[in-house]
Amino acid sequence: MDIAQELLNGNRLALSRAITAIENEYDEATEIMKALYPHTGHAFVLGITGPPGAGKSTLTDKLAREYREQGKTVGIIAVDPTSPFSGGAILGDRIRMNGLTLDEGVFIRSMGTRGSLGGLSHKTADAVKALDAFGKDIIFVETVGVGQSEVDIVKAADTTMVVLIPGMGDDIQAIKAGILEIGDVFAINKADHDGADKLVTEINMMLDLDGVMKEWRPPIQKVIANQNIGVTEIISLIEKHHEHIKANGQLTQRRTERTKNEMLDILNSGIGSYITRNIVDNGKLDGLVKDIKAHKTDPYTVVGNIMRSMLK
Amino acid sequence: MEKRIRVLVAKPGLDGHDRGAKVVARALRDAGFEVIYTGLRQTPEQIAEAALQEDVDVVAMSILSGAHPHLFPKVVDLVRGKGMKDTLIIGGGVIPEGDIPALKEAGIAEVFTPGTPTTAIVDFIKNNVK
Repeated sequence: MDIAQELLNGNRLALSRAITAIENEYDEATEIMKALYPHTGHAFVLGITGPPGAGKSTLTDKLAREYREQGKTVGIIAVDPTSPFSGGAILGDRIRMNGLTLDEGVFIRSMGTRGSLGGLSHKTADAVKALDAFGKDIIFVETVGVGQSEVDIVKAADTTMVVLIPGMGDDIQAIKAGILEIGDVFAINKADHDGADKLVTEINMMLDLDGVMKEWRPPIQKVIANQNIGVTEIISLIEKHHEHIKANGQLTQRRTERTKNEMLDILNSGIGSYITRNIVDNGKLDGLVKDIKAHKTDPYTVVGNIMRSMLK
Repeated sequence: MEKRIRVLVAKPGLDGHDRGAKVVARALRDAGFEVIYTGLRQTPEQIAEAALQEDVDVVAMSILSGAHPHLFPKVVDLVRGKGMKDTLIIGGGVIPEGDIPALKEAGIAEVFTPGTPTTAIVDFIKNNVK
């Protein structure tokens, strides 16, 4: 099967196989991406992040249904953490979106972080492109939401929604680095629980204290995802942000940043593979380490030599 | 090489609990697989479609209710029908020994009944996945 061509023709199996090729770095992945690239740039990418248990997947399910009611087609990439010990993962976001499985206008793919430091990698970005080229109007990228990956989400998405829940212990959680800086829209899920209003106030106070004069004040919306309450309101806030960044040129800016970051990521990945193939895998590294330990040479000289031979 | 074996753990039919499926899911994760678990009360159509979207190497079904003679072959047909010819399809749960030959005839590669060590499932997958 000519995966790229079949994908562009609307073949779902081809789309699935393309994402697999991307994930596993098959040889044909580069050719597939080259063929798909001209057909990308149309989809609106929505990033969704937040702590585990906040209800991201449930909310994604409800948002996807609303978009479907509007006649839009939807792609969802749900990222879950890969175990650094076993290399395995439980990809359990799909379970919250069962009702969408048989909707032909929705395509859901679960991905493990597979050791990517930030939680998202250029592979996720490429998977987004595959869905984009396939013709999806809206693409959700839903991630783990701890630490670094929150920042990565911003790089991958046009609009980023942060999902929080009340009662997560100390309010200091909300002001830790990252969360407040990356949210374009805040959803306070499980808003029927104690502390919801308090959390809204706290986030507003933090946003007030924000030293940088931002022209977009992130709105905060209370929702109860599993009861479908507040979902329509969230959609209109997302749309508002979308219109805002289209109008003031920020959308183009973000996408340019994204292209730059993706390129660097692919470049670094390529260099890393080269090093693995030509120095680690063939045993050369062991010899070099031996020499270094025997003080015959030092790491800096060794690296200098490697770089010189690489760049010849 | 970044390839991971991807397994869909699925509960077709109307089982009331998924304790066994979750035990298997965890064992597979610990063996380095990526496990997609879709929860209780799945229809064969949902299972086959999820298998396609996730491009899994293995579909591992669990049934406790006795509906396996009907549901297991149905899933095999739907998965193959979607063009996934090489996907390994296995089953487990409360399945009488006498039913197993017919299931294998219908395309279930192996059946793992209660008491099977999870390592046996892991090894079977590693040895038979395409």
